[in-house]
Amino acid sequence: MLRKTTLIAAFVGLALGAALAPGALAATTQAPLKEVSWSFEGPFGKFDQAQLQRGYKVYHDVCSTCHSMNLLSYRNLADKGGPFYKEGVNPNESPYAKAIAKDFMVPDIDTDTGEAITRPATPSDHFKAPFANEYAAKAANGGSAPPDLSLMAKAREGGPSYIYSVLTGFTAPPAGLTVAPGKYYNPYFAGDLTSFWNGAANQVPPGGTISMPPPLKPNLVAFDDGTKATVSEEAWDVAAFLAWAAEPHQEERKQTGFAVLIYLFIFAGVLYASYRQIWSKIDH
Amino acid sequence: MSGHSTYKPKTGFTRWLDSRLPIIRLGWDSFVDFPTPKNLNYWWTFGGILALCLGIQIATGVVLAMHYVPSGLAAPGGSLAFNSVEHIMRDVNHGWMIRYIHANGASMFFLAVYIHMFRGIYYGSFKPPREVLWILGCIIYLLMMATAFMGYVLPWGQMSYFGAVVITNLFGALPIVGKSITTWLWGGFAVDNPTLNRFFSLHYLLPFMIAGVVVLHIWALHVPGNNNPRGVEVKSKADTVPFHPYYTVKDGFAMVVFLILFASFVFYMPDALGHPDNYVPANPLVTPAHIVPEWYFLPFYAILRAVPDKLTGVLCMFGAVGVLFVLPWIDRSKTRSMRYRPTARLFFLIFIVDCLLLGLCGSHEPDDKIFANLAGFTFIDSNLNSYTWLSRILGLYYFGFYVILFFLSWTEKPLPVPESISEPVLKGPALPKGATAEAEKKG
Amino acid sequence: MANTVVESYPPTEHGADDPNRRDFIHIAAATAAVGGVAVFAWPLIDEMNPSADVLALASIEFDLSKVSLGQQVVVKWQGKPVFVRYRTPKEIAEAVKDDNAPMKDPATDASRHKPGKAQYLILVGVCTHLGCVPNFGLGDYGGWLCPCHGSVYDTAGRIRKGPAPLNLLMPNYAFTSDTKIKIG
Repeated sequence: MLRKTTLIAAFVGLALGAALAPGALAATTQAPLKEVSWSFEGPFGKFDQAQLQRGYKVYHDVCSTCHSMNLLSYRNLADKGGPFYKEGVNPNESPYAKAIAKDFMVPDIDTDTGEAITRPATPSDHFKAPFANEYAAKAANGGSAPPDLSLMAKAREGGPSYIYSVLTGFTAPPAGLTVAPGKYYNPYFAGDLTSFWNGAANQVPPGGTISMPPPLKPNLVAFDDGTKATVSEEAWDVAAFLAWAAEPHQEERKQTGFAVLIYLFIFAGVLYASYRQIWSKIDH
Repeated sequence: MSGHSTYKPKTGFTRWLDSRLPIIRLGWDSFVDFPTPKNLNYWWTFGGILALCLGIQIATGVVLAMHYVPSGLAAPGGSLAFNSVEHIMRDVNHGWMIRYIHANGASMFFLAVYIHMFRGIYYGSFKPPREVLWILGCIIYLLMMATAFMGYVLPWGQMSYFGAVVITNLFGALPIVGKSITTWLWGGFAVDNPTLNRFFSLHYLLPFMIAGVVVLHIWALHVPGNNNPRGVEVKSKADTVPFHPYYTVKDGFAMVVFLILFASFVFYMPDALGHPDNYVPANPLVTPAHIVPEWYFLPFYAILRAVPDKLTGVLCMFGAVGVLFVLPWIDRSKTRSMRYRPTARLFFLIFIVDCLLLGLCGSHEPDDKIFANLAGFTFIDSNLNSYTWLSRILGLYYFGFYVILFFLSWTEKPLPVPESISEPVLKGPALPKGATAEAEKKG
Repeated sequence: MANTVVESYPPTEHGADDPNRRDFIHIAAATAAVGGVAVFAWPLIDEMNPSADVLALASIEFDLSKVSLGQQVVVKWQGKPVFVRYRTPKEIAEAVKDDNAPMKDPATDASRHKPGKAQYLILVGVCTHLGCVPNFGLGDYGGWLCPCHGSVYDTAGRIRKGPAPLNLLMPNYAFTSDTKIKIG
C-alpha cells in the first residue's frame, strides 16, 4: 500500500510539474526555436567535418569582422574532431592551422627593442579579436559590444538551434511595433517589447530587438566544397561550427560515456548476482 | 551496540600494531563485523552513496584546484577565473570530464542527501537515542549548502556572480549589523575579486570539515547502531548480520546503480542541471533576465520570495533549515517508523510533494501565472493564480508539517509495532490478521 | 517469516552451492570494483601532465644575428633557460684540444654543435646535477660553474669537475636559415 501511495504521490508531483512548467521565463518572450537537425545530436552524434570547415569559413568571412572568439587558438582548428583535423598530425604543426594563422597579424613585443610590434600569428596564438578591447567594440558598433562567440552555443537556451533561428529569423517588424534606429526586430531574440508596442496588450509580438543587422545573405561566402551558400546553409554551418567551438570535446565525451555506461551496467549486474548469492541464506 | 570487539590479529605485525594503534581493530569493528539490522531496505544505502559522493567531490576538486585561478581580473574572453575553467574544459588532459563530474557531482550529492534526510524523517531515525546523530547530519547539510554555493561562484559566470550578490545580500537584512556583515563578506563594496578569493579558500576548506563531521556522524551512528524500517531496537544477534559482506555488497550495488544515473548526466546531459547564463562571463553592470539558484536551493528560494518583508523572508528561509535541528523535540511519538503511523505518513507524503512544488515555484518568476489560461484575481497584493501565492500556501505547509507532527505525537494512535526485527509478534489489541501482513509488506 | 529464526550469524564461508560458481561471482565483482577505481584514477593523474596549451608552446624560433662574438644570450624554452653562445676561436680551440682528455661524459667538441657552425653553441642551461643555472666565465675550464654544488663545465659545455654526471644537454634544434634556428 505504501508503495502505491508513493507512486501516486510521485505521479501527482510529476504531473503537476509538467502542467505548470511551461510558464517559465515569462519576463522575456521569444518565438519557439526552429527545429533543426544536427549531426552531433544524440548519444552517438558526431561533428560533420565538412560542415565545420564551411562553418569556420562563415565565421572567418562574416562574423569575425565584429565578433571575437577569444577562447580558441588556431591550433584548436586542427584538434581531434575539429574542422581541420588530420589523423596523426600534431595540431601545432598542422599545415592548415599554420596557413590560417599566418594571415593574422597579432600584437607582440620586440624582445630587442621592447617596442610593440605585430607579427604573423602561429598555431599557438589565440584567435585575433576584431577590436582591441570592449570599449573599442562598443564604440564601433553603436554602443553595443558584439558578444564573444567562443561559448555562444552553450550560453543560450537551445544552443546551435538558437543561433540558427536568430540568424535566419530576421523579419520585418509587425505593424504597431516601434523599432529604434540601429535595432532590428527578431522574434527569436529573447526580449520584452511591451513598451514598444501600440497594438492590443495581449498581442505583444514575441522576441526583441537586436543591435546586429541581418548578417547573412545568399552567396556571401564561397564554400570550397561547392555547397550552395543559401542563408539557411550559412546559418546552419556556422551554428554547427560554434557548437563545436563551445565544446570541442563533445564527441569524446559521448564516446567515453558509452564505455563508462557499459562498464557500469555489467558491474551492476555482477554485483547484483553477488548480492543475491550472499543474502540467499538470510531470512529478511 | 558497541560491544566487545571480535577482531583477532593473525600475524605478528598486526598483533604488534594492535597493541600500539588499534586502527585495524577500529576498521574491523566499524565496517566488517559491525552488527547491522538485517532488514534495512534500499533507502538505507544512501549513507554509503553519500560517502562516495564526498570522496568523488574531494578527489576531483583537488585536481581541479591545480588548474583553477581564483581571480576576477579581466582577461580576453572573460576573467582569469572564467578562462581558467575553460582552460580546464579545453586544454587540460581529461579536464572536461573532471569538471563535469565535479559540477554534476554537487547535484548528485544533494539528490542523495535529500533522499537520506527524507528517509531519516520517515523512519524516525532522529528519535532517541539518535538525536546527536541527526543534528550532526544537519550540520553536514549546512556545510554542504555553504560549500555548494561557494563552488558555484568560482567559474565567475553571470549566474556565479549574481548568485553571490543575492546570497551575500541576504545577510544585509539583519538589523544594525547587516551592512557591516555584507561588507565584511565581500571585502569591498560589492562582490569582487576579494570575494572570489575567499570563496575559493573556503570552498577548499569546507569539504574537509564535512569529512570531519562525517566521522563524528558515523561514530554517533555506531553507538546506538542503525535504526531500521520497523523502527524497533535490535533485540538479539538474530536481528543482525555483520556489515561485511552483507551491507558492503548491498551498498556497493546501490552505489553502482547511482553511478549509472550520475554518469548519464556527466556524459550525456552535463549542462542540463546548470544554466546557460553561467557560460557568460560575470558582468557586474548587467543582471541576467532570469536569475535562479541551483535546483537544490529552489525550495528555500521560493520561501524567501514568498514573504513580502525582507527580514522576515530571510528569517523564514533560514528557519526552514533551522527547524530540522529541533526535529527530535518536535516529533515526540514513541513509534519511530511511519510504517505504523498512517496519519503521520499521509502528512509526510504531502510534505514531499510540497517540497517538490516549492522547488518548482522557486524556478519561476513570482508573478508568472500557474495556469496560463486562467485570469485569476488579485488577493491582497498578488494574483491568486501566481507562484507568489502558491509559494505562500506551500511555505505555510512546510512549517505546518512540523506543527502537525508535534500534535500528532500526542493524539495519533499508531498501529501495533512488531516486537523485534525477526519476529513480528503482535503487541497490544488484536488486529485482523490481514492488517499485519499488510504492514509487513510496506516499505 | 516468524518460523525461521536465524540462530547465530549466518555462515560467511562456503555455502551449499557449487563453491566455484559462488566464488567466481564475488571475485568478478571485486575485480570490477578495483578495475573501475583504477581506470577512474587515471584521468585524475594524467590531468597533471602538460596540457594542450603548454605543449603548443614547445618550440621557439631564434635569430642568431642578435648574438655578438663572445656573447651569450639566454632564451626561455619550455620554461627553462637555453644558452645561445657565440664562441670565440680561442674557446673553440680550447675545447677541441681537450677532446681526448679524460672526462666523465666523453664527447668531442664536434658533437656539441651543428656541422660547420662551431661558433654557435646551443645548450640547455640547466646543470645536470640538480637543475640550477650555471654561470659563464667561472671555473677552471673557461666555461660554466654551477653556483649550487660547484660543477664545472668547459667551453663546449662538457662536465669536467664536480658532482654533475652529464654534459650540459643540447636541445633539439635545427637551422631554418643561415642565422635562424628553431628550438624544439
